[in-house]
Amino acid sequence: MLRIKPDQKQRVTLVVNGKTVSGFAEPRMLLTDFLRHELGLYGTHVGCEHGVCGACTAIIDGAATRSCLRYAVQCDGLEIQTVEGLAEADGTLNVLQKAFNENGALQCGFCTAGILMSSTKFLQENPKPNEDEVRDMLSGHICRCTGYEQIVQAILQASGQ
Amino acid sequence: MKPVAFEYCRPDTVDEALELLKEFGGDASIISGGLSLGAMLNMRLVRPKAVIDINGLEDLANITVGDATVSTGALVRQAAAMQYPALMADVPLLALALPNVGHYQTRSRGTLGGSVAHADPSAEIPLALVTLSGAVTLQSPRGKRDMPAREFFLGLLTTDRHADEVITGLTWPRRRDRTGYAFEEIAQRHGDFAITAVAAEATIGSDGNISDLSLGLGGVEDRPFVAATGAFVGKPGTVATAEDIANTIAETVDPMIDLQANADYRRQLVRVLGARVLMAAFTDATRQREAA
Repeated sequence: MLRIKPDQKQRVTLVVNGKTVSGFAEPRMLLTDFLRHELGLYGTHVGCEHGVCGACTAIIDGAATRSCLRYAVQCDGLEIQTVEGLAEADGTLNVLQKAFNENGALQCGFCTAGILMSSTKFLQENPKPNEDEVRDMLSGHICRCTGYEQIVQAILQASGQ
Repeated sequence: MKPVAFEYCRPDTVDEALELLKEFGGDASIISGGLSLGAMLNMRLVRPKAVIDINGLEDLANITVGDATVSTGALVRQAAAMQYPALMADVPLLALALPNVGHYQTRSRGTLGGSVAHADPSAEIPLALVTLSGAVTLQSPRGKRDMPAREFFLGLLTTDRHADEVITGLTWPRRRDRTGYAFEEIAQRHGDFAITAVAAEATIGSDGNISDLSLGLGGVEDRPFVAATGAFVGKPGTVATAEDIANTIAETVDPMIDLQANADYRRQLVRVLGARVLMAAFTDATRQREAA
């Protein structure tokens, strides 16, 4: 059994975007804060911190899920994909990112990282979704700029439709 | 919006989890998916000394099909239940309710047991369990007990779970013959907690009349409950009966009032959704009977 005292800093090692990285976290440190402040990966955004807005969504252990509702100490040894891992090796945007760019699927960009990570996992599971399925998936995100139309278009475009 | 400092414990067995519960004497929170508890921790609505993470108890992540029931371990993720191929055939009401539970990004982590333990009065999984007359299995140093779901929910975020108990699983009665199932809800945003949710299980006899009926209401009062519809058994399974039942029940409920809706609106939702869900269940039951 693992036990970590309230003020004890525990080493946490993750495989983030294919690279093994580690830092220290006390039990109450959110995974989101660990990614940002311990690992310096500021691409994952902190919105509501109670699982509603979707800005912090990352792919954790193979599932697109909220990183604000996970504590870093729960994730020791897990694989995590964040928005920093999406671009191609040469730094150019990947197909999904390009589609967001071309369709104007972001304005302020605050929600974008989370939506990209959800969409990445969603398209792996469902490569040819229809519009209803895309909208159902997007219901787990809040975007205050776009009205969602362009985001739906971008995801459909990225799926080759 | 950061939790209070807490001790983190990850037991490897249920017995270890029970020892921890005893050690902290009620001042510990059990975390599974963390979709509800995580939010409450972050908002400091709960301030436990310890968080007991049961995600390592892999035995609790199994789905077992028996002759009359399906058992789901407390750790079965909502997404895993949705992907379980026989769910619609075996427990259709749960299959109909799950797409309304949270979102793609929360169902991937949220568990069936966690939703039942949290006991939000609007939550869909507790409502489905109550409507079907399922059971909650709890374990403590005193042993195991099965608690009927209809007696388990005591009020807003309050259940019959004792401080030294852990929920290990849920029992779902399997689809019955000549019986139809339906579920519908109104929420502000798809996937949010329902303002009002209605679930029904209805059996229609060969004479076309209702022979058994269970009408569950969520988001109306402080816990999910089954409405008193006994007087309508024997009535024909028609639109007129569905409307009659829904109108009658709407007059008897005592709806809660919150920022989302007042009592009149919830009462109206019981009328409208109730009639719709009952008729859908009658139709499904008739289809099942004709197919048999």
